[in-house]
Amino acid sequence: MNKEFVKFDKVDKSYDGKVLVVKDLQLDIEEGEFVTMLGPSGSGKTTCLMMLAGFETPTHGEIYLDGKAISSIPPHKRGIGMVFQNYALFPHMTVYENLAFPLRVRKIPKDEADKKIDKALSMVSLQGFAQRMPGQLSGGQQQRVAVARSLVFDPQLVLMDEPLGALDKNLRESMQYEIKHIHESIGVTVVYVTHDQSEALTMSNRIAVFNDGKVQQLSSPDELYEKPVNSFVAEFIGENNTFAGEVLDISEGKCKVKLANAEIMANPISVKGKGEKTTVSLRPERALINPSDKMDNIHKGKIEEVIYHGDHTRVRINLLGNSDFILKVPNSSSNLDIKLGNEIKIGWNSQDARALDPK
Amino acid sequence: MSSETKQILTTDGIPLEVSLKKAERRNKIKAFLLVAPLLLFIIITYVLPIGDMLMRSVDDKMVTQMLPKTFKAMEKWDGKELPEEEVFAAFHSDFIKLVEEKREGKLSTQLNYTKNGFKSIIKKLRRKSKSFEDGNYKEQIMAVHKRWANVEYWQAIKRRAPAYTGQKYLKGMDMFKNESGEIVSVSEDRRIHRVLWLRTLEIAFFVTVFCFLMAYPIAHLLATLPMKYSNLLMICVLLPFWTSLLVRTASWMILLQQQGLVNDFFVGIGLVADDNRPEMMFNKTGSYVAMTQILLPFMVLPLYSVMKTISPSLMRAGKSLGGTPFVAFWKVYFPLTIPGIGAGCLLVFILAIGYYITPALVGGASGTLISNQIAFHMKSTLDWSFASAMGLMLLTGVLAIYWVYNKLVGIDNIKLG
Repeated sequence: MNKEFVKFDKVDKSYDGKVLVVKDLQLDIEEGEFVTMLGPSGSGKTTCLMMLAGFETPTHGEIYLDGKAISSIPPHKRGIGMVFQNYALFPHMTVYENLAFPLRVRKIPKDEADKKIDKALSMVSLQGFAQRMPGQLSGGQQQRVAVARSLVFDPQLVLMDEPLGALDKNLRESMQYEIKHIHESIGVTVVYVTHDQSEALTMSNRIAVFNDGKVQQLSSPDELYEKPVNSFVAEFIGENNTFAGEVLDISEGKCKVKLANAEIMANPISVKGKGEKTTVSLRPERALINPSDKMDNIHKGKIEEVIYHGDHTRVRINLLGNSDFILKVPNSSSNLDIKLGNEIKIGWNSQDARALDPK
Repeated sequence: MSSETKQILTTDGIPLEVSLKKAERRNKIKAFLLVAPLLLFIIITYVLPIGDMLMRSVDDKMVTQMLPKTFKAMEKWDGKELPEEEVFAAFHSDFIKLVEEKREGKLSTQLNYTKNGFKSIIKKLRRKSKSFEDGNYKEQIMAVHKRWANVEYWQAIKRRAPAYTGQKYLKGMDMFKNESGEIVSVSEDRRIHRVLWLRTLEIAFFVTVFCFLMAYPIAHLLATLPMKYSNLLMICVLLPFWTSLLVRTASWMILLQQQGLVNDFFVGIGLVADDNRPEMMFNKTGSYVAMTQILLPFMVLPLYSVMKTISPSLMRAGKSLGGTPFVAFWKVYFPLTIPGIGAGCLLVFILAIGYYITPALVGGASGTLISNQIAFHMKSTLDWSFASAMGLMLLTGVLAIYWVYNKLVGIDNIKLG
């Protein structure tokens, strides 16, 4: 497998000559991989995708596809499939004609093209819809046609630009699995852009978290969630409790952090020495009620709010001066002492409390 | 259960349909009252005049009313040989009455339209009829002039019997009904209307084509440029709308005349010799140039409003799927603009086909259209019925184009905004 199937090499992009929307981007994508570019709007992820597709040119740097520099190749010669945000199906053509378009421009004989179209339609379970117009299909069906169209000419690379943004929640979730399974079954390389983190976590092999024109972290979904490398990623992916403080001491893979009126133990990730300012990040599910004595952080807090969520209860606690400390408590009968105003003990391992860069 | 569909009743036992109608009646009345002023306005200012025009264009009551007894007597006449005494007697009695009312001159004019030669024999008849004796009018009238003994003149009178006629329409097509009732074309050197019709169609067609060719890129630019530039461009497109039609036409006269700016420029760059300046006005060129400029916004606006709705991602999709920019344009973008093209072309063509002021001012003799001819008959010859007939022919033509368009493209495919 080509480890550098897609390679962004020191790519900069600016639209107005004043602001860089993409800064010094360095990104390698392996062949057959499903990579998601995740980030808030304006973080430069869509710009990256458009540069890869050929609709924008890098201001500086070069993009390589399978070893070839592609900056000077126009979009229609790149052979990259693309699924657009609003499907971009051709409204005056039937589903069949939409799928036949990329094959016709490639001068593929009709009988071969028909076979490919049949295959692509069955891949998205839309056999029998070939003669419908896009306007006669539901949103989910249109999305599937768009996916089938991007794959029908067997591209090596498919780009997807927030393709599920317009669908409702249930449909979105089932489409996520469907796209994931298509990717697994045909092994095409996919670059996917979204601002929805659960979508990214569900589908991807690797996720590139974008912020401020830069890749903040590129790693697998579990690593991204469990081991964020900076406070932006920690904040952006999943829920997060934070404490701002100053490092008092670092030793043996642990550090002591001084908060406004207490001290906690944490895992030093991006702090190097004493006196550094830091933000300590802790996932809600890593903090426990009624902790065992082995934990090296045990503190008392007051319950400020209890929100029932079906399978779990969210509890907001005022802990060590942070009144927004969130706990997720599984709904089982042993947790009946959770009442508004109660004082409870909370504990966590210092390994799970990651001392990151200050915000 | 019976096979009849069961009537659904509301809770108080009234059939649901009746109840629904009652509930909606108020709204219907309200809606009608809101549109009533406009409806009345349209009836008074549009339907009635058109109806009046239609009546005028076929009206031929004048002779019918002047010779009532004659035409009654003529009903039995087979029209092959000279009529019987009865007809001559009735004609004499009608004629005496006209002479008393001093209207025989009008009769002679009208009959002369149908057949040349009536004027002099009616004058003669008026003089001689004073000394007519009672009875045997056939002999006495035939003795006045030999034409009165010619059956063709009596046939000509009979042709004017119906109160309605289509002859104005025939005249509009350079045709007429000859003595034996056949429809034939007038001699070639007297055909003026067919040339005008064809020229009107030709100019309207080419003006539409020119407008389309110029407006398409402008509309595309308008739809794709960033807001601040597209607003400026939009003002440039709309500016002619805010200027008087007369001013715009007059400014073309300044530009296009032989000593005008365009010709000066051509001479200046050495394109034409000073003593050989081309005539760009008072001919077809003038009509083409001025009408294209004036009608351009009517093409730009429908195109723009349709192009505005076409998502730019469609062109991108076309390109990313492997289509060259031209293929993406031709297969994806262009078909989606057809509703706008249809609306724009129909609008410009229909406006151009009835255009009046501009061709009248810059068209000269070879650049005038059928509407100028209509105006000529309205104002100068006062042949209103002929003007009405040509107006209706124009209206029918426009409706026919509309019908063809509907068959080809579908009227619901038109998009004005």
